[in-house]
Amino acid sequence: MIGTFSYAKFLKFLYSVPEAERGWEKSGVNGKLTAPLDWLYGLVRLPGRRIVTPVVNQMREAMATLARLQARSKAVGQQYYFRNSVVDVFRKKENDAAVKIQNWFRGCRVRAYIRHLHRAAIIVQKWWRSYLSRQHYQLVVKLAYYTMKMNLYNEMAVRIQRRWRGYKIRKYCFDYFYLKEYLRAVTETNDAIRDALEEFAEMKEREEKKAALEREEKKRDYQARKMHYLLSTKQIPGIYNSPFRKDPDPWELRLQKAKPLTHQRPRVKQKHSISLTSWLACTSNRSFPRSEILPPINRKQCQGPFRDIAEVLEQRYKPLEPTLREAEPINELKEAREDLRRQEWIRNVNDNMFLPFSSYHKNEKYVPSMHSSSKYGPNSYGCQRFRDENPKKWICPKDFQTVLPSFDLFSKYGKLYSKAGQIV
Amino acid sequence: MSQRQVLQVFEQYQKARTHFVQMVAELATRPQNIETLQNAGVMSLLRPLLLDVVPTIQQTAALALGRLANYNDDLAEAVVKGDILPQLVYSLAEQNRFYKKAAAFVLRAVGKHSPQLAQAIVDCGALDTLVICLEDFDPGVKEAAAWALGYIARHNAELSQAVVDAGAVPLLVLCIQEPEVALKRIAASALSDISKHSPELAQTVVDAGAIAHLAQMILNPDAKLKRQILSALSQIAKHSVDLAEMVVEAEIFPVVLTCLKDKDEYVKKNASTLIREIAKHTPELSQLIVNAGGVAAVIDCIGSCKGNIRLPGIMMLGYVAAHSENLAMAVIISKGVPQLSLCLSEEPEDHIKAAAAWALGQIGRHTPEHARAVAVTNTLPVLLSLYMSTESSEDLQVKSKKAIKSILQKCTYLPALEPFLYDAPPNILKHVVGQFSKVLPHDSKARRLFVTSGGLKKVQEIKAEPGSLLQEYINSINNCYPEEIVRYYSPGYSETLLQRVDSYQPLAN
Repeated sequence: MIGTFSYAKFLKFLYSVPEAERGWEKSGVNGKLTAPLDWLYGLVRLPGRRIVTPVVNQMREAMATLARLQARSKAVGQQYYFRNSVVDVFRKKENDAAVKIQNWFRGCRVRAYIRHLHRAAIIVQKWWRSYLSRQHYQLVVKLAYYTMKMNLYNEMAVRIQRRWRGYKIRKYCFDYFYLKEYLRAVTETNDAIRDALEEFAEMKEREEKKAALEREEKKRDYQARKMHYLLSTKQIPGIYNSPFRKDPDPWELRLQKAKPLTHQRPRVKQKHSISLTSWLACTSNRSFPRSEILPPINRKQCQGPFRDIAEVLEQRYKPLEPTLREAEPINELKEAREDLRRQEWIRNVNDNMFLPFSSYHKNEKYVPSMHSSSKYGPNSYGCQRFRDENPKKWICPKDFQTVLPSFDLFSKYGKLYSKAGQIV
Repeated sequence: MSQRQVLQVFEQYQKARTHFVQMVAELATRPQNIETLQNAGVMSLLRPLLLDVVPTIQQTAALALGRLANYNDDLAEAVVKGDILPQLVYSLAEQNRFYKKAAAFVLRAVGKHSPQLAQAIVDCGALDTLVICLEDFDPGVKEAAAWALGYIARHNAELSQAVVDAGAVPLLVLCIQEPEVALKRIAASALSDISKHSPELAQTVVDAGAIAHLAQMILNPDAKLKRQILSALSQIAKHSVDLAEMVVEAEIFPVVLTCLKDKDEYVKKNASTLIREIAKHTPELSQLIVNAGGVAAVIDCIGSCKGNIRLPGIMMLGYVAAHSENLAMAVIISKGVPQLSLCLSEEPEDHIKAAAAWALGQIGRHTPEHARAVAVTNTLPVLLSLYMSTESSEDLQVKSKKAIKSILQKCTYLPALEPFLYDAPPNILKHVVGQFSKVLPHDSKARRLFVTSGGLKKVQEIKAEPGSLLQEYINSINNCYPEEIVRYYSPGYSETLLQRVDSYQPLAN
């Protein structure tokens, strides 16, 4: 027993008597060291350290203690052996019991530890899960909110689109009321056209009937004119005026009204002649323009006191030769002025002269002065002169003519047609 | 004295020639003499007389030749073969107006029979001379030349082009403005013949400013002139949208509508042809016509004529209705449908009936409203009978079938559909039953009516292959009714009931 010196056992023995319950087992063998031998063990365990002199003294004390203890060791050994053999009987039982108790206790301890760990794990997991769930929940809420908003927008958009589509179709693609209006307008136009065409047809009919009647009338009239000799006379009643009839036949009346046809004058066949002045004749280079018949060159003179035909023709076609008095009158200018005035008077709408706008405000009436507006007239002595005009004394308003028109006496001398007065 | 005798011989000969030629000309006016004349060899005798010294003999010989060639194309060919044409053309340039008239008459008479003869005339250079004649100041000469040109241009596009290339069109437009009515007629007819072949020729006529003058003369009281004017305008307008628009811009509406009330049948026909040619191009032009009240005028015109005169008016209604449903509705409210169904039933000719059927189909095919308007007038049975009848021509059958189909596909007016259940052929029955199957599920009154009128019974009797469209329709109709009713009306129900009676054992008390 001593032979195998286990250091740990030795220490245990050393400390088993007074300080078994110090609890340094808790911290194990290498745990906290108690005060008196602290420094020793610290020393022993750290062999590399240098030993300081107060420490050597203490070491000597320790060695002394150790020798004392070693002396006691034999007794201790015996005691030890004795105690071990006494308790050996109970040893297994106590050991078992101790094991059991330790077992259970360890179990409790482990269970408590596990429980503790459970709780800790649960708390950790709880917190972690709640965190995750909250995140997830926030996502879900966000999504739900977003979906709700989008649904709302979609619904509103559908409402707008519904209204717009209905409006568009009804107004632009197929406007039912416009179609109805259009069809009504078409019916109205049709009726109007039908009426107009009926009227037109009726008018045409009437015109035709009228024309037919007129033709009949003309024919009958012509017949009556041809048969006018069948008119009844006083002696002989005509065929349409039979004495046995109450009224004469209408043809009788017609014959009375008709004018007999005259003999047909032999119609002079108009020769197709193209005058020289007609331009159409010149266009076609194939047709030859024919002129009027000219008189033959040599013609026998008519018997009688006739003048030369050339002279006659000359006189006949002589142009007008006005006298000087007519051709250039002296009051030509005055008459021209009068003419112009007359023409302007015809043309004017208003005879009043058009005054300029500047004289618009000049509408004040002239107020004559007192001197000239009294009934006692002005003194003629200082005012009237010998050469002044006095219109009241005039016998006629026209002035003397100073220039008289000429008269021609000898302008036709030698140019007259008649041979009167000519020396034979 | 001997000189006198010699001159007398010549005078006698001249008298004889004159007499001969005048008699031949007179005889040639009567058709029965012409065979004899031909056999007697009149052509070879007349030919040298064309070169006679005396102008009257020349003219009368030309006149006689013209009358002979006018009669039939053998004689015309003989004229061509006898090399008479170059001589005529040569002397046309130099002679007086009577000769020109007669020579133009010969050319016209030869050119009217066939394109080959007309080509022969063109080949001998007659066109230039005829155009020179158009410039003559005598209206008779102008008329004869314009007539000849018109007859030449009538045959085909190449000859028309030759006439146009000779520069005839501006002169014809000038002729139209002349005061003589006969000349105006002929010039209008010549312009119509030129412009009818192709759009380019019509454009040439339009470029010469013809439209304005033609449009002014619509108001002229002469009926024959109006015929030609309207025909010319319709030949111009028929080629393209631009030409039709130009014709419309000349402000013919609503004046043209008065022509629809004219006494002369052909004026009415040509006026409705003009309106048809304008309406067929675009919806806008049809709209213009509708807005001017043209539809009502045309419908009245259809009501007042018979036979072929009606045909352009009927086609015009069809064209207008074909463009859009609004225009078809406008035709309906102008009371067009009763008129068209009247045409359909009372006209004897197949092509007019076919046109009326087509027009009705175009009106009714747009929406159920339109189909109802057509069905209400009881035209569908008439169309069906036309389709089924063996006497109708193929064209009529095809058109009435199309019309029936297109109307039925939109028709929801059940009283009109019911008769179809009884006597329609299977391919039409399918559509009828289909329409019923669309309407019946939604309308309870209609269902009741369907049962009481015996329609349900008839539907049960229809045999259809299972899985076909007809069977599906029948099933959907049967689904609208409770099962008992369907069973009640199914064929052979009475037998099954009696069988049940036979097999029933009364309860023994």
